[in-house]
Amino acid sequence: MPSLKELSKNAGLFTGGHRACGGCGGTIIINQTICVAGKNTVFVLPTGCMEVVTTIYPYTAWNIPYMHVAFENAAAVISGVEAAYKALTRKGKIKDKWNFIAIGGDGGTYDIGIQALSGAIERWHRFLYICYDNEAYMNTGIQRSSATPRGAHTTTSPAGTVIPGKPQFRKNLTEIIAAHGAPYVAQASPSHWADFTRKVEKALNTDGPTFINVLSPCPLGWRFPPDMTIEIARLAVESKFWPLYEVENGKYKINHRPRKEVTVKEWMKLQGRFRHLFTPANQKIIDEIQAEVDKEWEKLSRFASLSQGEAD
Amino acid sequence: MPIRALTGNEAMAEAMRQINPDVVAAYPITPATEIVQLFASFVADGLVDTEFVPTESEHSAISACIGAAAAGARTMTSTASQGLALMHEILYIAAGLRVPIVICEVNRSLSSPINIHCDHSDTMGSREAGWIQIYAEDSQDAYDSIIQAVRVSEEAFLPCMVSTDGFIISHCMQRIETLEDVEVQNFIGEPRSPYSLFSKNPITVGPLDLQDYFFEHKRQEIEAMYLSKPVIKRVAEEFAKRFGRKYGFFEAYKLDDAEIVLVACGSTCGTARVVIDNLRKNGVKVGLLKIHVMRPFPQDELSRLVGLSTAKLLIVLDRSDTMSTMGGPIYVELRSALYNSRTRPLLVNYIYGLGGRDIDVEQITNVVLKGEEIKKTGKIDKPVDYIGLRE
Repeated sequence: MPSLKELSKNAGLFTGGHRACGGCGGTIIINQTICVAGKNTVFVLPTGCMEVVTTIYPYTAWNIPYMHVAFENAAAVISGVEAAYKALTRKGKIKDKWNFIAIGGDGGTYDIGIQALSGAIERWHRFLYICYDNEAYMNTGIQRSSATPRGAHTTTSPAGTVIPGKPQFRKNLTEIIAAHGAPYVAQASPSHWADFTRKVEKALNTDGPTFINVLSPCPLGWRFPPDMTIEIARLAVESKFWPLYEVENGKYKINHRPRKEVTVKEWMKLQGRFRHLFTPANQKIIDEIQAEVDKEWEKLSRFASLSQGEAD
Repeated sequence: MPIRALTGNEAMAEAMRQINPDVVAAYPITPATEIVQLFASFVADGLVDTEFVPTESEHSAISACIGAAAAGARTMTSTASQGLALMHEILYIAAGLRVPIVICEVNRSLSSPINIHCDHSDTMGSREAGWIQIYAEDSQDAYDSIIQAVRVSEEAFLPCMVSTDGFIISHCMQRIETLEDVEVQNFIGEPRSPYSLFSKNPITVGPLDLQDYFFEHKRQEIEAMYLSKPVIKRVAEEFAKRFGRKYGFFEAYKLDDAEIVLVACGSTCGTARVVIDNLRKNGVKVGLLKIHVMRPFPQDELSRLVGLSTAKLLIVLDRSDTMSTMGGPIYVELRSALYNSRTRPLLVNYIYGLGGRDIDVEQITNVVLKGEEIKKTGKIDKPVDYIGLRE
């Protein structure tokens, strides 16, 4: 596992001066990723906040090869880059080892980009896909995505007088990717940086497609003060809303078991997007969310203990 | 030069084998499927050392091609119809990023109604995407054009598509003079890439370009289109010098003294030649102008040619419509190209062959004979009409 001192050596590859909002989770995630990946890495980004704020021509925050093509195809583009790498290496035109990382938001990953991602994983390209999951289409102004949690207010799932925020539960993309049989799949959070950077390193050392889903708190979309990003990310983990776990060759491992009991309500109450749920009439929605989180944690624990059994 | 009997698809696949690109990313679609199938077998048999990426859609195929080309790899793909339409969004991006990619395209109509046969609505629908577009008349033309397209695309820093008429060319066998592998390799040379992601000085490809720069970058792309003309010409001349077969923006057949000129592209040009030969025996002064390169549209060259010719009437045959109520794409563009010409001939347009409807010698003959009337009277009742349509 890389030490903080080692990580800091790559700190300049993603430069300051980009246009991200104060407290943006996405840029923290990119910075932590790039510090592990180092300079021989090609980054492909789909359309989204991170693409928009880091490459406003003639400026770029990427002191490392970067490419953007469109919204739904980051995984397909990196397939092509990796294929070119294989071909050019075989012909002796490239000698160094390179990493391939695609970083997309939940819109470009859970929704419009899932087909390309699924295809790229099935074809077994050697690349790491990181989803910075800020739970809505933040770049276009906070519209719901299939990663938006139940009850959250977004501009296309607004909390109105009849419908209190998004009616559906979120899609479990981490499990969908794990079901592809990818050799390394994980969930991480920027609050637990050591866990996250260890996972990036592990993914980059895996010969095949890998995926890390990282929760990316968004002060603007989630409605919280910009200095609370890491705290909100931490509470998502502690409340078990966002479990830290990894699936390595089909084996589940929970990386962090919260010691103190924290309810999802405690995480939700810090965010304006759930504000309308804190009325007696909507209490049942919070209860449903808690029940869902408990159910998912129980399922995950079962998977982890089954994997443990297999290991024995 | 080995002489072989090949279908259009086999000819394109054979050209791809000899080109031996670094990366091919593709998805199968009728009537282009065979090209990918044959190429996959070349990969499986070790006849090429290409990295083959069998994507889950055409959208991903062209996306992977852009990634590969930006990484410095010589890149090709193949598609048709809905597949090209699914690539549509990404076609613009390939041209905007100025990456060389060659598509082996097989013309097929676009839905709906669904139809698997030939018309030009697919590639004509991609006219404004910024790609160089070449229309092959037969398998020989397809084979030769694909090889030239590699050079053209890499020297002009623009992607290029070469298309054949679905089933009419793609599935019909023809005698073809192929080149030796080494001749193809010598002609195309080493891949020339405008840039590479794998460089010591990292580059940002595809940044956000707002009001302050976008216009300038688009202007550069337009300039690349202008500059591609001398490239197309030079590559065609070199090809003719080395291998004896000459291609260019268009081909003039018996135009010198022609008073009526048929204008067409694709396989119909072959039928038109037969009509011309027949009618010439009866003293009808008719010739053919075959459009070979549709993008960039050879406006100056065409208007000069038409201006110098004896043409009184141009009969434009279009295998697709623009849906603008102004006629087919070749007609609309040719009319625009000739507007400032002092010797503007009369122009009529016939839409034909949509969805693979056959066009025969008799139908084209009738159109020319009708043209004789128009030429005499100077009166055009119907500027846009249809051939072989029940109505």
